[in-house]
Amino acid sequence: MRSLNMVIKGKVHKFGDNVNTDEIIAARYLNATDPEELGCYCMETLDKDFSKKVSKGDIIVAGKNFGCGSSREHAPLAIKGAGISCVIAQSFARIFYRNCLNIGLPILEIEQTDKINTSDLLEIDLASGKIRDLSANENYQASPFPEFMRSIIDVGGLINWLKKMV
Amino acid sequence: MSHTIAEKILLNHTDKKDIRPGDFIWANVDFCLGNDITAPLAIEEFKRLGRKKVFDTDKIALIPDHFTPAKDMRAANAVVVLKEFAKEFKIKHYYEVGRVGIEHALLPELGLVGAGDLVIGADSHTCTYGALGAFASGMGSTDLGACFATGKVWLKVPESIKFVYNGKRNKWVGGKDLILHTIADIGVEGANYAVMEFCGEVIEKLPMDDRFPISNMAIEAGAKAGIIPPDEITFKYLKSTNWPRLKYAKNLFSDKDARYLKIKEYDCSKWEPAVACPHLPSNVKPVSALKKVRLDQVVIGSCTNGHIDDLRIAAKIIKGKYVHPGIRLIVIPATQKIYLQAIKEGLAEIFVKAGGVFSTPTCGPCLGGHMGILDKGEVALATTNRNFLGRMGHPESFVYLSNPAVAAASAIKGYISHPEEVK
Repeated sequence: MRSLNMVIKGKVHKFGDNVNTDEIIAARYLNATDPEELGCYCMETLDKDFSKKVSKGDIIVAGKNFGCGSSREHAPLAIKGAGISCVIAQSFARIFYRNCLNIGLPILEIEQTDKINTSDLLEIDLASGKIRDLSANENYQASPFPEFMRSIIDVGGLINWLKKMV
Repeated sequence: MSHTIAEKILLNHTDKKDIRPGDFIWANVDFCLGNDITAPLAIEEFKRLGRKKVFDTDKIALIPDHFTPAKDMRAANAVVVLKEFAKEFKIKHYYEVGRVGIEHALLPELGLVGAGDLVIGADSHTCTYGALGAFASGMGSTDLGACFATGKVWLKVPESIKFVYNGKRNKWVGGKDLILHTIADIGVEGANYAVMEFCGEVIEKLPMDDRFPISNMAIEAGAKAGIIPPDEITFKYLKSTNWPRLKYAKNLFSDKDARYLKIKEYDCSKWEPAVACPHLPSNVKPVSALKKVRLDQVVIGSCTNGHIDDLRIAAKIIKGKYVHPGIRLIVIPATQKIYLQAIKEGLAEIFVKAGGVFSTPTCGPCLGGHMGILDKGEVALATTNRNFLGRMGHPESFVYLSNPAVAAASAIKGYISHPEEVK
């Protein structure tokens, strides 16, 4: 589990608007729960070689409403299992957003995802939300998380948060 | 302080004196549920907490409905995981094949969810219970696992958007069409993080089975919940399920001066049956605008449109006719009660004599699970809720969404058709 106090560096895999959870992990794989197994089929509907292209630590950058559709937590688990370290999007669908907080997959929202290209190298400081596009030499600032959500992110997810609360 | 119905329900489930949109609350849950896909993960998360008991053995439902009757060995194992957890923790509401139905049709039918409740489910279509006046919201397995232990959920109090449906509902236009037209208007993230509240003269006259699809598909606009404030039609339905908190339900409404993020008004008199084209539920066209879209499969069922009224309207159109030779018609009642009722009324016979299949309850093909998966290039028209790329099978297959009348007419004609085209 990751907390916010870290810096991520990775290569960009770019996607468009409204990437839904069926596309992130198709229902035919939902009888598995192991993140690594799910990771092998991540994004298969959109790019059948996606999992082979990902190096550990890479970053997904997408448009609006990323993760819309089903509540399947297998979707953020598949992304994690594929080796992706962070998802940046213009906006996230509600259930996917909270699933990421709850399982500790870092996500960030910025308006300017159009300016970031596939294969760009990004450096992300999760604590401050600062994103540096090292390939394009651009800087972006992600929207901060509300304090309550941050308390869940900081301990690595909901279950750890609950353990601390009791 | 004035409040929307959503705010009133949430306030009732906290120890706070007042709440406003944007506040974070740690709310008490009345009922929670998971299915054969999401509950195994929730159980893993619950076990990480090391609790010896669940918060309430009567307020949890484990519903194996997605891949059942078990489509393969791993699906069978998921059901066993649910069954053993139910046994170990004495969870009352676990249902085997033969008694199980699609969760969002089954729980209302059993009187387990209703007006004024706060319900969370590890399934995005949990919002269906909003049709009964509940604040019901889909979330992930970790939220469900945490709820098994605590009976609580963290929520950001959402803004509400009010949708007012005026005018007269045309023949062949159902609840499904109202929600498809609405999603077409606001888009698939038009209500992201917000509550959709549905009202107006058209809603007031709408039977319960036409209300379920409206709340059910609120999630397709990104909504957190989709609520129809309870009225006489709701009370009648709740009474039929022996709902214990009718008095409370009768006092649930949005205040006249409640604050909304937006108010949308529609004149339904202009609307005809709607069809959502691939690959988004917002890609909607009136059925008459579609020019002979050839089909391979028609599915009538799901948590959206697998209710008895849906089967009745489909059977009325199909009666005495034959399914087009090139088409597979798959009819799936949502629960055992609906299944039996359809047999008693002769609906099952109508579908089978027409050359269709009449299946036992399952989510099955809606999510590309089983019971009707599409091959490359195949095209389906379904009364389900999502037409995403690859949703019903091959990444290069196509799904259109409609109401049951359009689906039935199309099964006869072989292409997407208006019910009036079938005589």
